[in-house]
Amino acid sequence: MNKIFETPMYPYTRSPDQDAPVPVRHQVVIIGAGPVGLAAAIDLAQQGVDVVVLDDNDKVSFGSRAICFAKRPLEILDRLGCGQPMVDKGVEWDVGKVFFDEREVYTFDLLPEEGHRRPAFINLQQYYFEEYLVDRVRELQKEGANLDLRGRNKVSAVGTHPDHVTLEIDTPEGSYNIEADWLIACDGANSTLRAMLGKDFVGRVFEDNFLIADVVMEADFPTERWFWFDPPFNRGQSALLHKQPDNVWRIDLQLGWDIDKEREKRPENVIPRLKAMLGDDIDFELEWVSIYTFQCRRMEQFRHDRVIFAGDAAHQVSPFGARGANSGLQDTDNLCWKLKLVLDGKAPETLLDSYDVERVHGADENILNSTRSTDFITPKSDTSRLFRDAVLDLAEQYEFARPLVNAGRLSVPCTYDGSPLNSADALAGPARTRPGSPCLDVPLGDGFLLQELGDRFTLLTIDAEAPDEIVEDGVTVTRLALSVKDDPTLALKERYLGDAESGVYLIRPDQHVAARRATYDDNLFRAAIRRATGKE
Amino acid sequence: MSDLTLTPNIDNADDFYADLLEAHEGLEKSDSEALNARLILILANHIGDRQVLSQALNAAAFKMEE
Repeated sequence: MNKIFETPMYPYTRSPDQDAPVPVRHQVVIIGAGPVGLAAAIDLAQQGVDVVVLDDNDKVSFGSRAICFAKRPLEILDRLGCGQPMVDKGVEWDVGKVFFDEREVYTFDLLPEEGHRRPAFINLQQYYFEEYLVDRVRELQKEGANLDLRGRNKVSAVGTHPDHVTLEIDTPEGSYNIEADWLIACDGANSTLRAMLGKDFVGRVFEDNFLIADVVMEADFPTERWFWFDPPFNRGQSALLHKQPDNVWRIDLQLGWDIDKEREKRPENVIPRLKAMLGDDIDFELEWVSIYTFQCRRMEQFRHDRVIFAGDAAHQVSPFGARGANSGLQDTDNLCWKLKLVLDGKAPETLLDSYDVERVHGADENILNSTRSTDFITPKSDTSRLFRDAVLDLAEQYEFARPLVNAGRLSVPCTYDGSPLNSADALAGPARTRPGSPCLDVPLGDGFLLQELGDRFTLLTIDAEAPDEIVEDGVTVTRLALSVKDDPTLALKERYLGDAESGVYLIRPDQHVAARRATYDDNLFRAAIRRATGKE
Repeated sequence: MSDLTLTPNIDNADDFYADLLEAHEGLEKSDSEALNARLILILANHIGDRQVLSQALNAAAFKMEE
């Protein structure tokens, strides 16, 4: 079988930079062509920034890895022009089942809210995810974007200066140097750049191992997330079964701490475990097997002058809750518009400190949730296990205990409460669209609201008057005029007005709310624009 | 928000105490512990008020209120 992740997607080719007499300066260099690095590159290239992506490999992710993508990252991908292929290929799911010992304890339905363009979740192998991002890179290159993706380019040294970064890069044809105004490190949990700069990465190590297997089989398991606590086929441990495209099933088996990893990975040891789980009569083929351990930790700061860390390089969580790649995409979503304003001289460099504030807040939220899930799934003491089992036993009989079952709190977008870019809430509107929140989607005729927002500052007016365009200190804000009548489902009213008669929202290029009031006030909105661009 | 009740509040306290012991009668230690854990969760859910629950956790640990 020809596996996509064994084919070079961006093979090494010689760059003119390697023959330049002096190191070439680029606006932005990104290290790492994983989901986060590629998303950053696309975001910046779409805005006309000169971007180089360096990766020491030339292939997409080996194995399925991050498989579960939530609605907010899909909305970000729509803004990046590549949400549709992901959703077309991905498997949608809403239902989860929880098993304890030999019994099904309960079933949950995520019951996604109506009137959103994108589903609550899709499952998609990371290698497809990265392939579609690379496709988008190629598309932008054809359109003339100043975007270069360089495979087998390994950073071997970095030099930091007040206004730029220098890099030494090893290639199959020797090494060369380049310079960058800004460097974004997206080189994963084992970030070499973080190590080169000697930055700390502090947190909690979990003494546990998980076997992950991608299994190809024709099976009639439904498209649901199945999670087992202490099942007969993996006593004292947990297990997860989740469907991916192409009849590939993802299986995670907790193994405990004291194991021989190499031995456990061998097919002769993996296959009996899987047969015990799936039954003897199911034919399957192993596509990929890996063993992982995990940690919950983050860097103290994500911005270090001209070097900015994003994704797993900046923060690492346990896999429960799908908060790794999903939060990494929210990092670049947050960063890229700010970097563009700074590069254009339209905002002070200190605007980038708000990336630190907002995404550290996001990382802490993810670490908290994923640590709690881990403590439930892998109790650390006899008492912890006692309560865990009590919750599971009660959940089978009584509804009240079901919210306490924690097999992963699935990724939801972060609201930047308390961000220095927010203006005080001046609308008696719904809490979930308060300043700091990501905008909620709403059906509008043949399309959706989020398709109309993003990549620029927007002034959304709902049954309110305002100028069609405001320019404040170089930053242009374009009005989107709507009426509650534009949405017969009344989602626009319910999500943005509540009991208010009218509303005016200042929306950032990453579709987060910066300010809102009932009516337009020129002075106050100009102040809000300055505040949202780091000038107040 | 209300406060945790730490004054006598159970009618016929001796009867309740006897019921509590009877529920554990004849159980292995591990089953008894599991019963207690379920009981704590059921009672906590019935109380619901997070402030009262925090006060109860502190009171049980003999921690003085801040």
